[in-house]
Amino acid sequence: MVILKWLQFIIGVLLLLGGLMIFAVQVLGVFKFRYILNRMHAAAMGDTLGIGACLLGLMCLSGWNFTTLKMLLVICFLWCASPVSSHLLSRLEAVTNTDLDQKCEVSAEVLERLKQDEEKEEKLC
Amino acid sequence: MNKPKEKESLVLPREYQPDEQKNRRYQKEHEQIFHKVNDTEHNGHYLFFKRFYKAAALVCCLTLILILLMEVSYLPPVGSPENPVNNEVSAKYIEDGLQDTGAVNIVTGMILDYRAFDTFGESNVLFIATCTVLILLRNDKKKGKDSARVQEKLDSFYEPKHDAILQAVSAVLVPIIVIFGIYVILNGHLSPGGGFSGGAIIGAGLILYLNAFGFEKTEKFFTEKTYKWVSFCSLTFYCLAKSYSFYTGAHHLESGIPLGTPGAILSSGLILPLNICVGLVVACTMYAFFALFRKGGF
Repeated sequence: MVILKWLQFIIGVLLLLGGLMIFAVQVLGVFKFRYILNRMHAAAMGDTLGIGACLLGLMCLSGWNFTTLKMLLVICFLWCASPVSSHLLSRLEAVTNTDLDQKCEVSAEVLERLKQDEEKEEKLC
Repeated sequence: MNKPKEKESLVLPREYQPDEQKNRRYQKEHEQIFHKVNDTEHNGHYLFFKRFYKAAALVCCLTLILILLMEVSYLPPVGSPENPVNNEVSAKYIEDGLQDTGAVNIVTGMILDYRAFDTFGESNVLFIATCTVLILLRNDKKKGKDSARVQEKLDSFYEPKHDAILQAVSAVLVPIIVIFGIYVILNGHLSPGGGFSGGAIIGAGLILYLNAFGFEKTEKFFTEKTYKWVSFCSLTFYCLAKSYSFYTGAHHLESGIPLGTPGAILSSGLILPLNICVGLVVACTMYAFFALFRKGGF
C-alpha cells in the first residue's frame, strides 16, 4: 500500500511538473513569435495540453473521490471550449487579413475560396 | 466559410469608403516621422535615453518586488488568534450564523441576511449601470418592416457568424453551462457560490448562445421587455421581502418565515429566493451589457 501511495504521488508530481513546463514553453512562444497565427499556436498548446497535464496530475494526487470527477469535467469543458475559440480567432484572421499569403503558406484552394467570399461581400454591399 | 443565404433584394450602402491615395500619403508621412523619431544613429540623446529606459525599468521592477517581498514578512501570521481580524464581529457570525440564518454557507448567510441591505444596493447598482449604458449606446433608429433583417445583415458583415463548429459545440455546451449556473444559484446557501457567481455563469452561457446563433434566435426569448420585467420583478421582490424582514425587527423576532433544517435545499428562510433574485438580475445585466455594446439594443 505504501508503494502504491508513493507511486500515485510520484506520477501526480511528474504530470504537474510536465504541465508547468508546457506552460513555460507557451509563455515563451507567445512573447517570441510575431505573427498572430504562430502566437496562437503556442497559446493553444498550453490551453489544452498544459492544463490537461496539470489537471491529470492533480487528479492523481487527490485520489479516487468526487473532486476527481469534477476535475475530469473541467478537462472535458476546456478541451471543448479552447480549440473552438482558437478556431474562431484564426478564422477572423483569415477572413480579414487581405495579404494572408505573404505572411504564411496558403494552399491555392483556400485562397480561391477566400477570394470568392470577398467578391460575394463586395457584391452584397 | 458558409455564409448565411442572403436575399439579393436587400442592398446596403457601405458606410465607410477608404480613399486609397490619401491613405498611402498618410502612411508615407507616418513612416517618415517614425524613422526621424527613432533615428538612433544620429541622435545620441535618444540612444542614451533608450538604454537608460531599459535599465531604469529593470531597477524599478526589482525595487518594487523587493519592497513587496519585505512587506510580506511583516504580515501577521496566518491563523494566529491575536490577528486584528479575529474580533467580536467575526466571532458572532461564526458562532450564531447557523442558528440565526439557517445557512450552512456562512458567507451567504452574511451577505443575504445580516447585510442584505448592502446586497440590495449592489443589485441596484447593476441595474443602474445597465440603464446608463442604455442611455449612452442605445441605437434609436426607426424600426421599419425589414429593420430586423437589415440589422442582422449589417451585424454579420462586420463579424462573420453561423460558424458550423461553434454552433455544434455551443449546442452541447450552452445547456450544461446554464444548468451549472442554476445549480450554483440554488446551492448558494449550502456550498460556495450564490446569486452573483451563478448569474454570471448563466449570463456567459447566454452570450455564447448569442455568438453562435445570432440575434434572430435570442430575440425569441430575450428582448428589452423581458429584461425590464425580470429586473423589475426581482428587485421589487427583494425590496419587499427585506422590508418585511426589517419591519419585523431585522433579527428574526417572529417573522413567520420558517428556517427549515440546515443543509436541506429548502431551508434558511428568505436566502434562497433572494439568491434567485440576485442571480436573475446579474444574468440579465451581463447579457444586456454584451448586447448593448455589440449592437446598441437587444
